[in-house]
Amino acid sequence: MADTSGRWLYAIARELDTDALTGLRGVAGAPVHVVEDAGLVAVVSAVDLAEFGAEPLKRNLEDLDWLAATARAHDAVVTTVGGAAPAAVPLRLATVCLGDDRVRELLIRRRPDLESALALLTGRTEWGVKAYADPDALAAADAPAEPGGQGGQGSKGGAGTAYLLRRKAQLSAREKAERNASAHADRLHRELAALATAARRHPPQDPKLSGRKGWNVLNGAYLVDDAKADELAAAVERLGGEVEGVRLELTGPWPAYSFAGVEQGAEEAAR
Amino acid sequence: MTGELEAAAPERRIALVDLLDRVLAGGVVLSGEVTLSIAEVDLVHVSLRALITSASTLERSLSGE
Repeated sequence: MADTSGRWLYAIARELDTDALTGLRGVAGAPVHVVEDAGLVAVVSAVDLAEFGAEPLKRNLEDLDWLAATARAHDAVVTTVGGAAPAAVPLRLATVCLGDDRVRELLIRRRPDLESALALLTGRTEWGVKAYADPDALAAADAPAEPGGQGGQGSKGGAGTAYLLRRKAQLSAREKAERNASAHADRLHRELAALATAARRHPPQDPKLSGRKGWNVLNGAYLVDDAKADELAAAVERLGGEVEGVRLELTGPWPAYSFAGVEQGAEEAAR
Repeated sequence: MTGELEAAAPERRIALVDLLDRVLAGGVVLSGEVTLSIAEVDLVHVSLRALITSASTLERSLSGE
């Protein structure tokens, strides 16, 4: 059976309380098990290579329902592992090995990277902070008072000219609002990063994907000492009230997805 | 048991888009027999966007807007 199935990797931990994994199921509903080598514990589950091999996986990733179910199953296991160990390094989605032995080889080969990642993550938690700017509110707050309002008094230059002038003013107010929002986002990130051990900005989310109104001007991730978590929450509260038209949202606690890949360069160097 | 409870806990009912930001672009990269490359992750994002855009267009046209 081990010959026809792969191993999906969820997370790597140390001092894992394996009792917490009892009955836990991962992607495709398969029960999870651990692969250990000299203190490092990888949490994995068997997956059918007909569904999770390189080629089928590529196709399946384009299926939103499949992707959603898989991502949630992956995250549920990673979260449980994180709760049962001092620290857990989450794996990038869709890391599959051909068997437990190959998993063990990875643990041996990447031990220094994994050890330093675990050291970085111990006692710290990832939080997300997103800032949304409402373009209309920002532009309105910034726009010069509009003479003529509805354009009813535009008789001098003609209604058409008045419309064009108004439109031009709106556009430049919008551009200015965009610049201001982006500068504000940079400042927010700096202030939040000052509270964090490590900080990272993800690309802004497409409103079509998030279903949220407004520009996502900041999509930040912050690795924060657990003792400082309240301070971060307070900062988000305070900064969120600072500028009219910019709203902040705190997400988390997250498994430290955004800070587990710090040693990516080492992989290439080793090859 | 614990795992199922945690998976269903309301505070972990997180937006899929936030989760995908992290599980696709984050996490430690170990070269298993299958590992998503950066290019593949980008492709997933692109096709996701196309998928969702066409789905919402479809919804709008179905609801007659």
